[in-house]
Amino acid sequence: MIDFLITFSLTVLMILMVLNLGGLLLWVERKGSAVLQDRIGANRAAVLGKLPFNLGIVNTLVADPIKLFTKEDFVPPGADKLLHTLAPAIGLVPLLITFIVIPFGDVLIIGGREITLQAANLNIGILYVLAMVSLSVYGVVLGGWASNNRWALLGGIRGSAQMISYEIPLGLALIGVVLAFGSLDLQEITRAQGALIGGWIPAWGIVYQPVAFLIFLAAGIAESKRIPFDLPEAESELISGYFTEYSGAKQAMFMLGDFVEAIIVAGLITTLFFGGWQVPFLLRDGFHFPWGGTLALPSLLVTLLQVGSFTLKVLFFCWLQIMIRWTLPRFRYDQLISLGWKILLPLALANVMLTALIILLFE
Amino acid sequence: MDFVTFFALAIPLVVVAVMVIAHPSPVYSALFLVMTLFLLAVYFLFLNAHMVAALQIIVYAGAIMVLFLFVIMLLNLQSDTLRTQRHGLGRVAIIGGVILLAELGLLLQGSSSELAESSLPENFGTVEALGSQLFTKYLLPFEITGILLLVAVVGAVVLAKR
Amino acid sequence: MVPTSYHLILSGILFTIGVTGVLLRRNIIIIFMSIELMLNAVNLSFVALARHFGNMDGQIIVFFVMSVAAAEVAVGLAIILLVFRGRETVNVDELNLMRW
Repeated sequence: MIDFLITFSLTVLMILMVLNLGGLLLWVERKGSAVLQDRIGANRAAVLGKLPFNLGIVNTLVADPIKLFTKEDFVPPGADKLLHTLAPAIGLVPLLITFIVIPFGDVLIIGGREITLQAANLNIGILYVLAMVSLSVYGVVLGGWASNNRWALLGGIRGSAQMISYEIPLGLALIGVVLAFGSLDLQEITRAQGALIGGWIPAWGIVYQPVAFLIFLAAGIAESKRIPFDLPEAESELISGYFTEYSGAKQAMFMLGDFVEAIIVAGLITTLFFGGWQVPFLLRDGFHFPWGGTLALPSLLVTLLQVGSFTLKVLFFCWLQIMIRWTLPRFRYDQLISLGWKILLPLALANVMLTALIILLFE
Repeated sequence: MDFVTFFALAIPLVVVAVMVIAHPSPVYSALFLVMTLFLLAVYFLFLNAHMVAALQIIVYAGAIMVLFLFVIMLLNLQSDTLRTQRHGLGRVAIIGGVILLAELGLLLQGSSSELAESSLPENFGTVEALGSQLFTKYLLPFEITGILLLVAVVGAVVLAKR
Repeated sequence: MVPTSYHLILSGILFTIGVTGVLLRRNIIIIFMSIELMLNAVNLSFVALARHFGNMDGQIIVFFVMSVAAAEVAVGLAIILLVFRGRETVNVDELNLMRW
């Protein structure tokens, strides 16, 4: 019973964290884009009077959601009502439950009980992530089809082709990491990254698999349909693609889905390539510096440091994706498909073969 | 798998499978098939086939069915009329149905229970176990499947380029 | 515990639904989907028997069935697209060019 309660509360905690982070990213996106484009950005709805520098937090975190949720929920004539309503949820739910396998800390020791800070420990680990990400395609496809709008349909068709194409390099990049660490469980992969190479360099995934990291970043951004891969929702061509006909809360769900995908990509990059919750030289009982000297820390503080490290890394990669979005122009569709199939796929295959060969030679 | 789990999965499975062939709209048919495949994946989990369940979702629900939906949308298919015009199938259907019922009845007769969870070999159905079998005992079929997939890719590209 | 025959019966029922779909529906894509349903019914009995005997071979066959199904769908849908381009129909009764 108590085990069930722990798992349940970890799951709820993880999902709430992701939802909040999604809201926060909206603010980062709007203010960040304003900074890059030399604009002021969101500055209305200032509650505390006119401050000299308005961060627009109230605007994006309170006023925007209220505006979205009080808008008319419009279903276009001739649309498939049921699927039009279901599509945003079908797109969002698989993404949210992906997070239960991502570990955000090592162990939390409360009252002699060791709690692993990972909501679900599945022996198929990474495969579960791939499965859930591949299910989220249906939100795009159905949203596009059910709207009875040709731009939306084009967006849906583009989205499905793009997401299927980029799932392959994504999966192959993951195989390189799995080969390097010899496990599919994300918690075990993270623990393996606590080792030190030559006593100094943390054995993070990026050291072993730099190519896989680049492939994963590119394919991950393509999976989350963000610029430079935002062809399914290209607003200058398709109005806003598969969610052209959506308004109000349903549109908010689609937008949140995009952010959640960005967080998944950031979380996976952190876990697989940047040591997850690992802090360099921090073991369970405190810091062990390579130049000698140790710093003993209580176990609760170590756990907090680890969770903090994971959160910071995830935030950094979310920010990086948003900056990429506002820096690069959009690809053409044929460029997008040939990048996926002619560059990323052979590169990922070569990476897997090379990794396997090196492992074979050295073991 | 206990009886409650079995019926909780089997009844929805049969219902959605019937909807696949009974719904007039091809898009809904495809979606019901996705639901069937998803429920089957859950079913596989209860049969200790974790790897197969994951593959079922990644390959079937995530790729094959999206391809189906893609084609349905590309062709912009509307709902069919569910008219059937097959003559001379009635007698065959009756004979086939009787044989099938007899088989199902026979199955119920000689029913033996599956192995207990504890007597299963260790890591039954996990990725490691399946992988090591696949790359040792079944290496040749595995390679041939690879060639088959390559042929299919080439064939699909050639057909689509016409 | 459920006897293994229950899984097999469920598999049989799903297979029958697939056969019925192939026989009754005239839309070539639905027929194709019914075939997928039949393949899955067979997969179910393989997995159930693998569990019954505690032997992994059944699950490996499922792996092969899936790869063959993927290949089949890729080529099959390409053919359907090609046929549709030429004849503007997906009704199998109207696709009678090869009938003698």
